[in-house]
Amino acid sequence: MNTKHIFQTFAAPFLGILLFLAIWQIGAPKIVTSLGAVPGPVQVFDQFEGLVEEHQAARQKEADFYQRQEERNTEALKEDPKADVTIRPYTGKATFFDQIWTSIFTVMTGFVLAGLIAIPLGIVAGLSQTVYSAINPLIQLFKPVSPLAWLPIVTIIVSAVYVSDDPMFAKSFVTSALTVLLCCLWPTIINTTVGVANISKDLQNVSKVLRLSWWTHVRKIVLPSAIPMIFTGLRLSLGIAWMVLIAAEMLAQNPGLGKFVWDEFQNGSSNSLGRIIVAVIVIGLIGFALDRGMLLLQRHFSWDKSAALR
Amino acid sequence: MSKTPTSGRRTFLKKATLALALSMSMSTGLLINTTVQAAADTDKIGKPEKADLKFGFIKLTDMAPLAIAYEKHFFEDEGLYVTLEAQANWKVLLDGVIDGQLDGAHMLAGQPLAATIGFGTKADIVTPFSMDLNGNGITVSNAVWEAMKKHVEMKDGKPVHPIKADALKPVVEDFKKEGKPFNMGMVFPVSTHNYELRYWLAAGGIHPGFYAPKKDDIKGTIKADAILSVTPPPQMPSTLEAGTINGYCVGEPWNQQAVFKGIGVPVITDYEIWKNNPEKVFGLTKEFTEKNPNTTARIVKALIRAAYWLDENNNANRAEAVKILSKPEYVGADEKVIANSMTGTFEYEKGDKRDIPDFNVFFRHNATYPYYSDAVWYLTQMRRWGQIADKKEDKWYDETAKSVYLPAIYKKAAEALIAEGKMKQEDFPDFGAESGYKPATNEFIDGKTYDGTKPNDYLDEFEIGLKKDDAV
Repeated sequence: MNTKHIFQTFAAPFLGILLFLAIWQIGAPKIVTSLGAVPGPVQVFDQFEGLVEEHQAARQKEADFYQRQEERNTEALKEDPKADVTIRPYTGKATFFDQIWTSIFTVMTGFVLAGLIAIPLGIVAGLSQTVYSAINPLIQLFKPVSPLAWLPIVTIIVSAVYVSDDPMFAKSFVTSALTVLLCCLWPTIINTTVGVANISKDLQNVSKVLRLSWWTHVRKIVLPSAIPMIFTGLRLSLGIAWMVLIAAEMLAQNPGLGKFVWDEFQNGSSNSLGRIIVAVIVIGLIGFALDRGMLLLQRHFSWDKSAALR
Repeated sequence: MSKTPTSGRRTFLKKATLALALSMSMSTGLLINTTVQAAADTDKIGKPEKADLKFGFIKLTDMAPLAIAYEKHFFEDEGLYVTLEAQANWKVLLDGVIDGQLDGAHMLAGQPLAATIGFGTKADIVTPFSMDLNGNGITVSNAVWEAMKKHVEMKDGKPVHPIKADALKPVVEDFKKEGKPFNMGMVFPVSTHNYELRYWLAAGGIHPGFYAPKKDDIKGTIKADAILSVTPPPQMPSTLEAGTINGYCVGEPWNQQAVFKGIGVPVITDYEIWKNNPEKVFGLTKEFTEKNPNTTARIVKALIRAAYWLDENNNANRAEAVKILSKPEYVGADEKVIANSMTGTFEYEKGDKRDIPDFNVFFRHNATYPYYSDAVWYLTQMRRWGQIADKKEDKWYDETAKSVYLPAIYKKAAEALIAEGKMKQEDFPDFGAESGYKPATNEFIDGKTYDGTKPNDYLDEFEIGLKKDDAV
């Protein structure tokens, strides 16, 4: 590793971030909004600490809630030993950190479901020109549709179809996950199709010579050679999924980080802007982490370990 | 952050336990039903049929009874486990209640009525509990205020309140002469704010425009001198600042916010347009109240206690209420902004802060009792502005009010509270003698007399607005 390389890998990103923080710290107070000056990094970090404290306070409140229930139940049992007592789940507001987990869980659900549909569909379309011609116009038509146009459709249909007295999942969760699914299908389908269609002629000929069955052909020839493209599709899909989810949560007020941002926007308190910025940074970090995670998976599954992956 | 993964997993486990508990309680449902029956016979409110509830609200100070009932554990005292959830706007909130995502919500009084008669969305929404009186204001931009001021009576260098729309009329006429529209904002087509703004404008001779649902015109701007349109409450000040609207009518804290930001001047409060006018209600579907009578009565019990707490000892608890409301999960605005109106004052022009002890009323003056006459007033305004396209008989107003406002449930809840010693008989109206109609009143800005039993006579009094067989 030469000096230039070290500089590029470690020092340059560090300097970039430092410069960004400096510009932010100096520039922010100059923009005065109706909620006061835009907070700089220092104030935003304070807000983050505030959110942590709020989370701890909420946990305390939760413990008190359960304790009150225990006391009530004991009393009820004293009066009537056969009383029907249960422990109810905590009804308090989800904190910032609860919302992070909700969002991650929702996005992964939508994304995994999309993958389960998109990869097989892409393989079939890549192998068969007929299937490809059949679904291509639909893909082209639906691919550019904004997530925010899907949301009302999904909401209305889910409300009508998903009726149950004791639903396993909340309606809001189903709507968010389905919207994510609809928006992040396309890159995986397209990339899988292209990957499968472009398998080298040599490999195809080998398969023909060996008279591999269709299933073995897919498993031994198609999948391994299409894996890099499939993963490229999946990475694109996951990036879209994360962006779509936040937007959907904001618009539909479904639980998650998007709702947190919108609630803060509506609060309009002097802390709101700082808290929104904390959320934005966390959203960015999670999006980054998701992408890196996919990259690691891709490296793990990819045959050609030498290919440069960014 | 290291703590969070465990808590995430914990909530998941809890959800699983809940699912199990729910399915178990379903199997014992039969047993519970019989005990409910027995309890009803002894005139006591039985166990809640549904204990886990989700209520929606909009970020406004008048959602306070819900926040207080939660924070002071009044819901839990009734065996109810309530989750409160802020909603993006009034439409989303209403839809949530209709499709069952929400069990109930803080609603505009016009929403259950409009839903029942089918203006906008059609659904059977009812209310056993009225949430508050007053709490709104009308704000105009600085430029409009400067132009209006010339026509406002002054005393000791300060404007004499209430300011009538007569002072605004010449300004609107100037706009017209220059060919510019005079735009104003309100929060929802069937909102109190829409009717209050229209009432005030029309009392000053400014036509706020008609609706014509039969011709699919639901903009409400036919023949209008002032063009009224929907703007969500928190966006009012910025829309005014941008010049899209010249004024608006909204609940708190959004009038005081305009004063703090120096972008507009509140010219009148709704207390001065109609003294002690009804404002929000607690709305739920008719189906819910029929399926869960005990739960409904218990919700009302908790809400009555919360409203009482808010007004107790001459607003002694308001400071604490302001603290609770300023939490991000409720209204979330800064404490000092919320306190300005919640503690009995109101700031008009910057520095002109006056006492209005009844700006927000939650319990006094029987604020929580669902009076039919309040419902009828809203219906008269819907007729006046064409949202109800045809003439209706007085009987229709009475019947519609009685199908939406449910004082019987309120009475049941109040009597249970009295029996438990939590409240006193004299805190409530005399249920035996109560007809549900308040005595006729003329405490309006235009001095007209409103008698809820004679809605058509009331409509006849107005110069501007539909009456008799008028149609748009």
